[in-house]
Amino acid sequence: MSTSYQLKRADFIFKNENDWEDVLRKSISRPPNELINELISSELKGRGGAGFPTGLKWKVTSEEVNDVKYVICNADEGEPGTFKDREILSRVPFKVLTAIAICGHVIGARTGYIYLRGEYFFLQNELNKAINEFEYYCKEIKFDFKIKIFMGSGAYICGEETALFESMEGKRGEPRNKPPYPSSFGYMGKPTVINNVETLAHTYTIFKYGSKRFYDLGVQYSRGSKLFSVSGDTPKPGIYELELGMSLADFVEEFGDDDTKAVQVGGASGFLVPRKRFAETNIGFQGKLVGISLPTGGSMMLFNSSRSMFNVLDNYLNFFAEESCGQCTPCRVGCQQLLKGIKAVKRGEKNAQYLDKMLKLAETMQFTAKCGLGQSVGNSFSSIVENFREEMIY
Amino acid sequence: MKPITDLIKDLADQHGRDRHNLLPILQGVVEQEKYLSEYSMIEIARELDLPATEVYGTATFYSFLEYTKMGKNVIRICKTITCSMKGEKQILLAIEDMLKIKVGETTPDGKFSLLQTNCLGFCHKAPAMLINNEVYTELTPEKVREILTEYLNQTNEGGPNVN
Repeated sequence: MSTSYQLKRADFIFKNENDWEDVLRKSISRPPNELINELISSELKGRGGAGFPTGLKWKVTSEEVNDVKYVICNADEGEPGTFKDREILSRVPFKVLTAIAICGHVIGARTGYIYLRGEYFFLQNELNKAINEFEYYCKEIKFDFKIKIFMGSGAYICGEETALFESMEGKRGEPRNKPPYPSSFGYMGKPTVINNVETLAHTYTIFKYGSKRFYDLGVQYSRGSKLFSVSGDTPKPGIYELELGMSLADFVEEFGDDDTKAVQVGGASGFLVPRKRFAETNIGFQGKLVGISLPTGGSMMLFNSSRSMFNVLDNYLNFFAEESCGQCTPCRVGCQQLLKGIKAVKRGEKNAQYLDKMLKLAETMQFTAKCGLGQSVGNSFSSIVENFREEMIY
Repeated sequence: MKPITDLIKDLADQHGRDRHNLLPILQGVVEQEKYLSEYSMIEIARELDLPATEVYGTATFYSFLEYTKMGKNVIRICKTITCSMKGEKQILLAIEDMLKIKVGETTPDGKFSLLQTNCLGFCHKAPAMLINNEVYTELTPEKVREILTEYLNQTNEGGPNVN
């Protein structure tokens, strides 16, 4: 299992830098176009998991003509195995607030929101204090910008951007049809930039040090560093900032317990990689020519040989069946049928070929579900069933 | 504690009476009452001039907005993968054994309700649980008994229970 690439630690996000006032003042004195170009040349992609180029998102929204626009920081961190956003908001809140304000300057928004998940209610007080201090400084330098916290109430689906808008508008958190995209029709029907907490924190680094510093990290198509939330069967669970593009084999070497059977990359909606595929799997965005590249929102869960993959899949499907918003049929019915199905096969009420039928159902969900939740149930389902078929049956 | 109609009126004054203010108002009522009764949902609908079904539809979508009666302290145990691997079942058994209630039930004295929830975002410190808005991590059966004992003592000293 030798690869040329080793794990490279990075230390940007949590570095203690008490210079947000400087970064804010300098950035908002630069023309929006220059800032957008800086972001585009850094090749920063969204760190929530979907990987949309951040510079492009800001550019498209900045070109919309509208008096009212919004910046929203998505802190509805609900993916199983992800806990980095909470850490960013509690340890370096000013980086995020500064990035929100700079985004407001770029696209022409005067209000920013942080959509904080209900589970993180305890962060609210500290965060409000930081916001007060931040807004006080904004007033001092005559920069008109307000940031408010909006609390979620325990719904995984509200991390989906359009469901999040619906939730903020006081409705059920059900995803909208796309297009129109948030850049033209977002919160309250206004052009909106919505970014993950970590993405915003990275823009701070980019505006401070310039795009080259960021671009030099990582590999082609997957530039920069990324926070990884490491949990499961590992001697050192926690949050680590690493350069993108590492091989999973190197990752397991560093974080495994010498008995790692599989790694779930990207949380319950991501992929399960079995031991035999560690060496050929890279962590980064698709587009690499050799091997498999898996994108991730940062969730890395390790399982050792004492774990039953049936129990793992059962747990995921329970999660999806509960968190599905129930709006579209493929997801609402599909999740429940998959859950029922694997149980029936396990009990021997259905034969093993039934698994193949369910793989087809999972594929159908990938094509027909309305949003990312239903579309990604098949990721973990197929990768677990295909790689650990015996464990599903016996 | 405020009567429910006054509370709703105050919350509406504070947040506004538009549709997009609905969630903060629902959350405010749950913070005091621990749940949304049919009566309070109708009152919220009246105050915001919305159909009551819309309020009900929105409220029931969110897992932290309970609409059945809850105890004074709501315990939510994370049951998602890492917590379940790291001994969530033992924690649950310890609580069930101590409070003599099952998941979804409330103690007869109205002090505790026991619920399960999805990923709390503390996978690196599993197993984890929430009591009201407070997070407890790296739980063991002993630790959880100590925590609950503290809550029991607190509520004994405090004023009358929520009824």
